[in-house]
Amino acid sequence: MTPLPRWVEVGVIPLINLTLALLVAGLVIATVGEDPIRALNVMIQGAFVYPGSLGYTLYYTTNFVFTGLAVAVAFHAMLFNIGGEGQAMLGGIGITIVCLALDPFMPGFLVALVAICGAAAMGAAWAFIPGWLQAYRGSHIVITTIMFNFIASGLMVWLLGGWLKGDVTGSPQSRFFAEEASLPAMHDILNGLGIDAARSPLNLSIVIAVLCCVGVWVLIWRTKFGYALRAMGHSEPAAEYAGIPVRRMIVIAMAISGALAGCMALNEILGVQHKLVLNFSAGYGFTGIAVALMGRNHPVGIVMASLLFGALYQGGAELDFEFKSITREMVLVIQGLIILFSGALAYMFTPWLVRAFAQRASNA
Amino acid sequence: MLETWIDVLRILDGTLRVATPLILCAMAGLLSERSGVIDIGLEGKLLAGAFAAATVAHLAGSEWVGLGAAIIVSVSFALVHGFACITHRGEQIISGVAINILAAGLTVVIGIALFRKGGQTPLLEDSERFGAITFLGTETLGDVPIIGPLYVELISGHNLLVYAALATVVLVWWLLYRTTFGLRLRAVGEAPAAVDTAGISVTWLRYRAVIMAGVLCGIAGAYLSTAGFGAGFERDMSAGKGFIALAAMILGNWRPGTTLLACLLFGFLETISPRLQGVGFDCTDGALAELWYRVFFLDCGGGAVGFPTAIIPMLPYILTVILLAGFFGRAVPPKALGTPYVKEH
Repeated sequence: MTPLPRWVEVGVIPLINLTLALLVAGLVIATVGEDPIRALNVMIQGAFVYPGSLGYTLYYTTNFVFTGLAVAVAFHAMLFNIGGEGQAMLGGIGITIVCLALDPFMPGFLVALVAICGAAAMGAAWAFIPGWLQAYRGSHIVITTIMFNFIASGLMVWLLGGWLKGDVTGSPQSRFFAEEASLPAMHDILNGLGIDAARSPLNLSIVIAVLCCVGVWVLIWRTKFGYALRAMGHSEPAAEYAGIPVRRMIVIAMAISGALAGCMALNEILGVQHKLVLNFSAGYGFTGIAVALMGRNHPVGIVMASLLFGALYQGGAELDFEFKSITREMVLVIQGLIILFSGALAYMFTPWLVRAFAQRASNA
Repeated sequence: MLETWIDVLRILDGTLRVATPLILCAMAGLLSERSGVIDIGLEGKLLAGAFAAATVAHLAGSEWVGLGAAIIVSVSFALVHGFACITHRGEQIISGVAINILAAGLTVVIGIALFRKGGQTPLLEDSERFGAITFLGTETLGDVPIIGPLYVELISGHNLLVYAALATVVLVWWLLYRTTFGLRLRAVGEAPAAVDTAGISVTWLRYRAVIMAGVLCGIAGAYLSTAGFGAGFERDMSAGKGFIALAAMILGNWRPGTTLLACLLFGFLETISPRLQGVGFDCTDGALAELWYRVFFLDCGGGAVGFPTAIIPMLPYILTVILLAGFFGRAVPPKALGTPYVKEH
């Protein structure tokens, strides 16, 4: 079997999958009696054209870069981490513990710096346990990470009802952090530099997200560790035979993955909310799966897929205002379809394309 | 004495009600996974089934038509899963995730398009729901001590789907361990190549298992929205029950009887949880009580203390993690679970 050219592999196949997902989504929209083309138009307008909309799109994009990278790092080691949701929650808890404990004593920017480490550390810890359980106790990582999502969500309810409870009675949130203990908003930074920027929740986290992309690329493709990780992902017995400490690698890969997912909380908690709120992760951890699948586990692909999903989320919010019958949940439908087509049905078109290209090669 | 007995019966009664959708979903997962196909899409099928049941029961004015619709919709989702995992050998977990997200989105989108009520379906009339069935002789037997209340409170007075769920456990057990089909189903989850060599279609066997899982999830969905306390669909009304069922199935070691016990245990935990809210001790009552209270509730003001009920929803998941890690007992999943079968040529 002739392998497919690289541009087909990374360009054409994702495009076919995306088109299919959008077609089916369009079918759903048509079925409920609205015009799919107009809906698409509204979403594009809402995501890029309206004032401030680009900021919102990039703000959602930031979330997806973190959770997408998290899934991708684990995936390179053939580990399926669907616990991004819980790891992000723990990241938020990490930030909150740091801020609540330190912000009366320390200058704000220092608190923010420690909080960043807190987010990564707590996220890493929440993924470390399933990783350890898989490596040394033989548990299935998928099941454990699912369970850990629910345990994390219970933990949030419990902590926000007790230790981390704020002063507003009856409301599941922590107190506000000190004002300087936060990541500054992008529009403040840009306006300070004399560039006009509309108000949006976009904040410095996006820079951290970009740094993480570079970091992951270096780690996976330019270090010995990354080489070992990918070797393990291709064949665990071969990696074992080559002297790679497979068990330790599983644990480390999961911890890195969890740290990245935990960093998603930077954008939401340290950047926007400035307090811990229940359910802030809002399914972004699961979207990370779609992002990693579409982006083929490569940072560049992940950034592109995150932009796509950022635009879908921001544009989807616009659907609520413009249509009677379709709402932002349409985005969930599209997301599910993308996971289905580019993940579960990834092999549906490959044989067909391989045959087409083999034919072309033999004709040439 | 009699008061306590009735109280115990009421708790068991609640346990059964809460456990019913878990039992149905867990049996669905069990059938699918014993055939070698991982099913983390239980949650999505349950949700889609609940939506279809409530919607169609309202439109058609009959809970039975609703039940039929729930089964059809849930089986369609199951077929998508089968198409991806069995026919195209796709990643089974990814397919399950897709189904869960798709169901969460579609139920709300279609619900709003149909009814414009923020994702809810209209409240169902009593005639459009599965009502309680009162068994013969509750009047006469009710006065008999001990057995009377047992009969009236626990055995009689559930809706049809509760009894159906219990019957399903027996049926699944019988199917798996007493029929040729069951033997083959179990074999295909352990050693598909051997089944194939015997001239039996791996694909068709697995499809049948996945479809049966769809049927059971559909019934569970109908239970949520059109039976018992359910009188309509609310967005995300499955609320993780599909995953608790998955946990119960693992805790039950992929066996019908023990899985039933796990479902009942989880149902019991959820039932007693609100009752424990008031139970407790005074936090000024010794150092241990104070420590307990400080750990779970932070401050010891007012003296009134409750049980940390926030812990209870986490217990099913924690128990499953501990079991899977082999700290007590040992979970033994089917050997071929999660591996698509590639026929040799």
